[in-house]
Amino acid sequence: MTEVALQTVNLVRRVQGVITHTLVNGIDLSVAKGEFLAITGPSGSGKSSLLYLLGLLDAPTEGEVIICGQATSKLSETERADVRLTKCGFVFQFHFLLPEFTALDNVLLPMRAHGQMSTKDMNERAMSLLTSLGLGEQTGKRPNQLSGGQRQRVALARALANRPEIIVADEPTGNLDTASTQQVFGILRDIADNGQTVVVVTHDAALAARADRRIHIVDGKIHETTFGGHRKPEIAAASPAAECPS
Amino acid sequence: MATNLVLSIAWTHVSTRVRQTLVGMFGVAMGVGFTIMMAGLMQGSQIDFLRQLVDTMPHVTVGDERRSVPSQPADQEYAAVGMSNVANVNRRPGIRYPDAIMASLRSWLPGDVAPSVKTTAIVNHGEARVGVGLVGIDPRLEVRVSKLATQMREGQLTDLSKAANGIIIGEALAQKLAVKNGSTVLLGGGEGTQISATVVGIFRSGIKSVDEGQIYSLMNLAQTLMGQNGVVNQLRLRLSDPLVAQKVATQVEAQIGYKSVSWQEANADLLGAFATRDFIVLTVMGAMLLSSSFATYNIISTITHEKRHDIAIMKSLGMREYSVRRIFIIESMMMGAVGILFGWILGYLLCYGWSQITIFNVLTGATTPLEIYYSPMHYLASGGIAILCCAVAAYFPARKATRVHPVEIIRGAS
Repeated sequence: MTEVALQTVNLVRRVQGVITHTLVNGIDLSVAKGEFLAITGPSGSGKSSLLYLLGLLDAPTEGEVIICGQATSKLSETERADVRLTKCGFVFQFHFLLPEFTALDNVLLPMRAHGQMSTKDMNERAMSLLTSLGLGEQTGKRPNQLSGGQRQRVALARALANRPEIIVADEPTGNLDTASTQQVFGILRDIADNGQTVVVVTHDAALAARADRRIHIVDGKIHETTFGGHRKPEIAAASPAAECPS
Repeated sequence: MATNLVLSIAWTHVSTRVRQTLVGMFGVAMGVGFTIMMAGLMQGSQIDFLRQLVDTMPHVTVGDERRSVPSQPADQEYAAVGMSNVANVNRRPGIRYPDAIMASLRSWLPGDVAPSVKTTAIVNHGEARVGVGLVGIDPRLEVRVSKLATQMREGQLTDLSKAANGIIIGEALAQKLAVKNGSTVLLGGGEGTQISATVVGIFRSGIKSVDEGQIYSLMNLAQTLMGQNGVVNQLRLRLSDPLVAQKVATQVEAQIGYKSVSWQEANADLLGAFATRDFIVLTVMGAMLLSSSFATYNIISTITHEKRHDIAIMKSLGMREYSVRRIFIIESMMMGAVGILFGWILGYLLCYGWSQITIFNVLTGATTPLEIYYSPMHYLASGGIAILCCAVAAYFPARKATRVHPVEIIRGAS
């Protein structure tokens, strides 16, 4: 039986305004550990809103997000921050690297915030991540000295720094050229193949096709689910009862 | 959350934004520097004035009167009977048994005591007639209770004993009467007595009212002018610590019964004005430091605005809101701390510069340097207030910036 990394129960996100908008409308979803899930859909369909809810960047109006067996709807903002720090890694369309810091410093940031490792171990891990992503020569460079693809790979290394269970990526290749796009997607694929859960929002149908599963969102609801064929039988059998190791 | 990380990010922001950091530091340095200068100048002038005042006048003056009129013997004997138009007993003025009182006071007093005779006189010289206060003194004891000997510009205190009816007059009075050392003047007493006196010395206390309206003689000359031979109507006390004068005056009055006035009581209105001035000065200094903190506020506001993407990503990575807030408060305090150091140097240099300036006093006719009071408390207080202002100035923009939901920033950037 496959372990569940991420689960949503009747997830709803409404935004109050002159007119109330429902961004996410009753989504039930279960993502297995090690699964590569792609979320697609037209602009304004609610795919990014769903991703932010899954990564605890936003809080649902109704429903529940369960990360590695931990219900999160009643957590305080500080507790949600702790969950993000330890269990989620984020990659965005824009790299959001701290401009004054080197690539190495940016990767060290989540580990230093977590404060559970020695300086030596943190440096070794950061160097190892950057080297594995082909950035071994770029560790001392600042973001403005790196190409777009290199910046996004640094952002990926930063997302992986604390060994999170889940990598949440919002259009991570949206600003990249074709070669870099293929490279970044390849890395995400490898991450999933190595046992970490990857949830990616993308407009690129060809890239989404490389995921284990693709869900197509329309008007805040899952309109269609497509399995990619990598590990479909295990994912289909994912059990909500199973939990990630802490 | 690791404090090192917060410090590291704060330091990186401060050290990579040199222009903003320098502007913030400059604002704090100016505020602190000018506050120290103001405090040193104001307190210096105040202390200088008080020192002159305290040096010129006795710390405690014991007169020959009571603080309240004693009840009449008839009142005490026949309390139930209404008494009116009771004739005043023609009591001889002066302090009774002054030598015994002085001996008693010297046994416990933290200082010394000297007798004097205080009366009024009219000084005539040529066409000029000026009413003055005449203080008859014993030159041997006077040096223990006043700085008159050091204030002499011409002649010496002991010259009073060398000439018949010698007097020492203030510099301003000498100019007013057009007399000089050795001149002869005519003194008129209250009882119609007229005595020819010789100017044997000229002093300058620095206080116009004293320099223009007070003269000194031997006690017997003053007693003669009063028509009261042997009388002593004032005991003047000088204390090792002028600040305990009020307490000593109370003790003396309780012991001997005569009204004892400390220099603080005698100048209560002046000291009250000083208290008001202190309040105004403190308000102005507080306003200066507050104004300088607005520079910090603006800079931190700008930095937090420019860093909203960083704030969003730090929060999304899992850094807690208060940790992110601390980054900007620490940045502000870093700028403040360096600004304070420069402010201290600036403050010292300003104080030193001002102390080199001399001012001509048209009232006393003297040219004196500006008195500056150097106190570590000025540096500590201005630094403490400045760093507090920096923290508060940073807190509000930092709180506002870190309260923004990261999704809003991330969506906006995307």
